[in-house]
Amino acid sequence: MRKNLNVIAAYSVMMGLIILVGIFQSWNIALSIFNLCLISAVMTMGANIQWGYAGLINFGIMGYTALGGLAAVLISVNPVQEAWSAGGLNILFSLFLIIGMVLAVRYVLKKYEKSKIRTYIIATIIILGIIIIRFVSEPGIEAIEEVDPAKTGFLGGLGLPIIFSWIVGALFAGGLAFVIGKVALGLRADYLAIATLLISEIVIAIIKHEDWLTRGVKNVIGLKRPAPYEVNLQQTDWFINLVDKFNASKLNLIPDFAERQATLNQLVIEGSSVFVKLCYSGLFLVVVIILLIFTQKALYSPWGRMMRAIRDNEEAANAMGKNVVKQHLLIFVLGSAIVGIAGAMLVTQDGLFTPGSYRPMRYTFLIWVMVIVGGSGNNFGAILGGFAVWFLWIESAPIGLYLVNLTTAGLDDTHFLKVHLIESVPYFRFLMMGLGLLLIMRYRPKGILPEKIEIK
Amino acid sequence: MDFLNAIILLLNYIFVPALTYGSQLALGAIFVTLIYGILRFANFATGDMMSFGTMFTILFTWYFQSIGINLGVLPTALLAIPFAIIFMVGYMLIIDNFVFKYYRSNKSPPVQLAMVSIGVMFVTQAVVRIIIGPSDRRFFDGEKFIIKAGEFKEITGLNEGLAIKSTQLITVIVTMALVSALFWFLNKTKTGKSMRAYSDNEDLALLSGIDPKKIVMITWIIAGILATIGGALYGLDKSFKPFTYFNNMLPIFAAAIVGGIGNPFGAFLGGYVIAFSEILLTYAYRKFFMYVLPESMEPGGLIQLLSTDYKFAVSFSILVIVLLYRPSGIFKGKVL
Repeated sequence: MRKNLNVIAAYSVMMGLIILVGIFQSWNIALSIFNLCLISAVMTMGANIQWGYAGLINFGIMGYTALGGLAAVLISVNPVQEAWSAGGLNILFSLFLIIGMVLAVRYVLKKYEKSKIRTYIIATIIILGIIIIRFVSEPGIEAIEEVDPAKTGFLGGLGLPIIFSWIVGALFAGGLAFVIGKVALGLRADYLAIATLLISEIVIAIIKHEDWLTRGVKNVIGLKRPAPYEVNLQQTDWFINLVDKFNASKLNLIPDFAERQATLNQLVIEGSSVFVKLCYSGLFLVVVIILLIFTQKALYSPWGRMMRAIRDNEEAANAMGKNVVKQHLLIFVLGSAIVGIAGAMLVTQDGLFTPGSYRPMRYTFLIWVMVIVGGSGNNFGAILGGFAVWFLWIESAPIGLYLVNLTTAGLDDTHFLKVHLIESVPYFRFLMMGLGLLLIMRYRPKGILPEKIEIK
Repeated sequence: MDFLNAIILLLNYIFVPALTYGSQLALGAIFVTLIYGILRFANFATGDMMSFGTMFTILFTWYFQSIGINLGVLPTALLAIPFAIIFMVGYMLIIDNFVFKYYRSNKSPPVQLAMVSIGVMFVTQAVVRIIIGPSDRRFFDGEKFIIKAGEFKEITGLNEGLAIKSTQLITVIVTMALVSALFWFLNKTKTGKSMRAYSDNEDLALLSGIDPKKIVMITWIIAGILATIGGALYGLDKSFKPFTYFNNMLPIFAAAIVGGIGNPFGAFLGGYVIAFSEILLTYAYRKFFMYVLPESMEPGGLIQLLSTDYKFAVSFSILVIVLLYRPSGIFKGKVL
């Protein structure tokens, strides 16, 4: 108990802050912050596995998040029959061609020794393959995108419950990580960072511009929900009774019946959106707890010990007979898969998929700030980082406004400097993130909750 | 005649834009490569440092415009750049003193320095947005074109026009002058040679009496000059928007690595490699083939290898291929 005191204290402060937001701003805001904190926590757990356990730097988090989101679309949206009949055949055929191309390249790689001719053969296969695939897929893609472009214009998905996408998102992200890992893991740390960053940009470019698959920048809206809809809730009896019961003391104070009914209605509307958010919180909390149990178990298992050994001294671990390359690849895939889950969760919560919103600042660098600030190598630290940094990210605008008002109190309200500063309040969040990161890295390089390994 | 038209077409839509864009990338890439070679970390704040320098250029341009100073046909920004450089170098030296110096003297691993540079990136981005705002700004004045497409057609009597913007010419001339001066400095002067020695082997350089503090300071000064001029030229040619500058960091990194990181000449050529491949692969060649081929063989489609949406993706794919097959870059930099 005592040795975990700092963990408990840090989490209590965090929960206290969120509750304070609930009391002073609104429970709706507090819960939406809490939900995104949970999603950020899943992302930081993924990044922490790679960076904290194994020392692998991955700046491609944005790409895996987007792939998770794509999974949510492909799983939950109903299939568009017309689009399938218009161009589905071409797409399927191109898919087979791609598989064939990959198999051919693999065959050449295995069968022949490394030589210039082999490289040329592979290059020819790839170039020819791309040209053929373009010829095959072009008419199909055009046909698909012409099917009711205002509403669909894409193939749609499988029409399954969106919850399944959390697993599929993990598979997608893991698959991409496998390919990237095979290609890039041999690089030195900072090159791996740049390479993953650039590859994630390529992923986003593809998601943005392949309209037949993702609708691209036209966005997919109105995804299915695992939680009830507010409008339906507002008309169910048990929910109205529940709200009535919760606010009984407050409602009893109002003597007039009509006024009381109006207040109740207002409360029901507010309550319904809080209730929906609570449903999401419950679902997300389950994911976070399951992942936390697994990652904690892994951290203290022999496997976790081996990962730390590899992280701390690659050569020594290699000399002890540990397959460093294989383990790196494994942990790269695992961590990315967790990020993929978070990506699917995010889209599930929003109910919409907007490829244009994936930007490295928000989905890669912010997550890294969370991991570093929270404490890399320590799961509780990483989760705390997710909570604290996301909380600051959202609440920095009000804090910034307060600070601006405080420092410019002596100035007139119409003074150009004050007006300008108040206009630029939204950008104070970047300043706070940057300063926070710099200060933590300088004075507490292991994060708020540092890594602590107990030998059991 | 058709053949001439085809050449002019390529010059107008591929060669001139790619040369300009390549020059802008090259300056950024040399900046990245110098920081990497001498200070030994990947600077993720590159794009934002460039936007910081450009911001000062814009502020000085506005000031000069308000008191009525201008350069006639040339953009006022050219006059503002030297003043902006002073502020930019000051900012870089302050950052180095308060942030990077600590990790350098602790001999922290490069990854940690890269992380710190992300902190600097956040702060710089915030400062730029707080001071000048996130919106799109144009600060070009003076004569816009050297040759307009219409005039060119009249003079030569060809079907295709060749338009050259004055910013394009300025970009290329300034880049060439700056890069030649830089290479002269690195190869001929004593300080430049000691910088190269320090980059090549730090311990040996220290043994032979090279002052590391001086080297680091000069590196930041050169970096400040490159960042400000590169950023200002990009802003003059296109427009200034903090978010675009942040995104430009990616092709700049690609250029530096493709050219062989730590190798300034490689970075310089890498900028053009990236720019030309981006534009060559995403240009629609339909019109070109219409001129070159006989009428019966006229192409049906756009003859575009990749859609322009994938412009960035091209440079990143080149980078991935280079990293796989020649990790030290085309022109032999440090082995990664």
